[in-house]
Amino acid sequence: MPIKVLIPTPLRPYAGKQAVLEVTGQTVGEALSDLVAQYPDLRKHLFSEEGKLRSFVNVYLNDEDIRYLSKDTTPVKETDTITIVPSVAGGR
Amino acid sequence: MAELVDGSQVTLSNEEILRYSRHLIMPEVTLEGQKKLKAARVLCVGTGGLGSPLALYLTAAGVGTIGLVDFDVVDYTNLQRQVLHHTGDVGRLKLDSAIDKLKAINPFVEIKRFDTYLNSQNALDIFRDFDIIADGTDNFATRYLVNDACVLSGKPNVYASIFRFEGQASIFATEAGPCYRCLYPEPPPLGLVPSCAEGGVLGVLPGLLGVIQATEVIKLILGVGEPLIGRLVLVDALAMRFRELRVRKNPDCPVCGANPTVKELIDYIQFCGVRGEESEAPSSVKIPEIQPEELKRRLDAREDIYVLDVREPHEYQICNISGYLIPLGDLPKRVHELDSSCEIVVHCKSGMRSAKAVDFLRKSGFKRVTNLTGGILAWADRIDTSLPKY
Repeated sequence: MPIKVLIPTPLRPYAGKQAVLEVTGQTVGEALSDLVAQYPDLRKHLFSEEGKLRSFVNVYLNDEDIRYLSKDTTPVKETDTITIVPSVAGGR
Repeated sequence: MAELVDGSQVTLSNEEILRYSRHLIMPEVTLEGQKKLKAARVLCVGTGGLGSPLALYLTAAGVGTIGLVDFDVVDYTNLQRQVLHHTGDVGRLKLDSAIDKLKAINPFVEIKRFDTYLNSQNALDIFRDFDIIADGTDNFATRYLVNDACVLSGKPNVYASIFRFEGQASIFATEAGPCYRCLYPEPPPLGLVPSCAEGGVLGVLPGLLGVIQATEVIKLILGVGEPLIGRLVLVDALAMRFRELRVRKNPDCPVCGANPTVKELIDYIQFCGVRGEESEAPSSVKIPEIQPEELKRRLDAREDIYVLDVREPHEYQICNISGYLIPLGDLPKRVHELDSSCEIVVHCKSGMRSAKAVDFLRKSGFKRVTNLTGGILAWADRIDTSLPKY
């Protein structure tokens, strides 16, 4: 079942320049695995060497941070949107 | 939230009442609200892209005391978006330029100047005399510093940040709400997120976000509306879509959590790994370099040198030295277009991307590849001054 993943600007160069991608999976973890399988360049920006989600990248299921849900075991359904929110610092 | 500002001791002259009449006739402001604005003390960290609209609108609104922190000088490339500064200000201290314009808009506002680089030694002292801090800085180290200093001083941090055509805004460091570290416990590694100089920024974008910041500052002072506490607004200016995500206070946050481990300001430059913005080539192996003069000499002598340009096509259109264009991001896929038996000199705009390209090519087995020191900017400076710089 296709789930939408919103790709933030700094990561679009590694996601074929796309802003929205479709992935499949029953959980957030599976959806992200599908994402980096489709676009392997994204892997190092999202995950550490040990496969943990990097702490300067937040993943939201709809409007809630997955850290406060069930992290990567959070179940997803077809109408859900996963948003990747990396930290940016620009202000000048 | 407990009242941030007490306006009861403030008086407004007839002149001020006329000036702010459009505020006073609104039930959300009234005379009482305007007095709170006058009693309020807001510190703007940075007078650039975000700081410009922030300071302009807070001044117009009649915030009584505005502090400005900036050590920088106005640069020609700032004028595309830092609307506090004019062409004639290039070369002046941003603070001086800012104060001139703000005083001209509203002489009733007291402006406090801090011509300094905000750091762990001075931040708490500077923050002490203000009620609200508005973060308009441009690097991760200062953002973490401002956040931590806000939490430790008990001052709200009205935050915004931008990248190209996207922005974020929120309010951090209120007592019940999250802080910046609740959202991002750690900064990204050096070089992952380019600064405005490297990535570019739509000039209007900090205008949009800076006014959102000013709006939130004013709402906090007046105690009206729903402030962005626990809410992260994401703005995509190209699509003109605004989304909102929930930010929760992290009970284990090292700064604002139940058992904080950070109780004083740390070394933020070290925390972010040198600086939070890209400044030097990150490779630990020495990259072979060639100076522009040497390349010019050898090209003029018709030596067999292949010039590779790793910038983007739109940069090539601005200026080029007839190099073969393979943007850095495409290099791994297109490396077969290069002949490793040739001597290759790689350049980009200023020498950082090309250093990464040289590193990659050497690791791919290319032995005769060097980096043009200073990139096409150095070439335009020293070899061919007819080339436009950007």
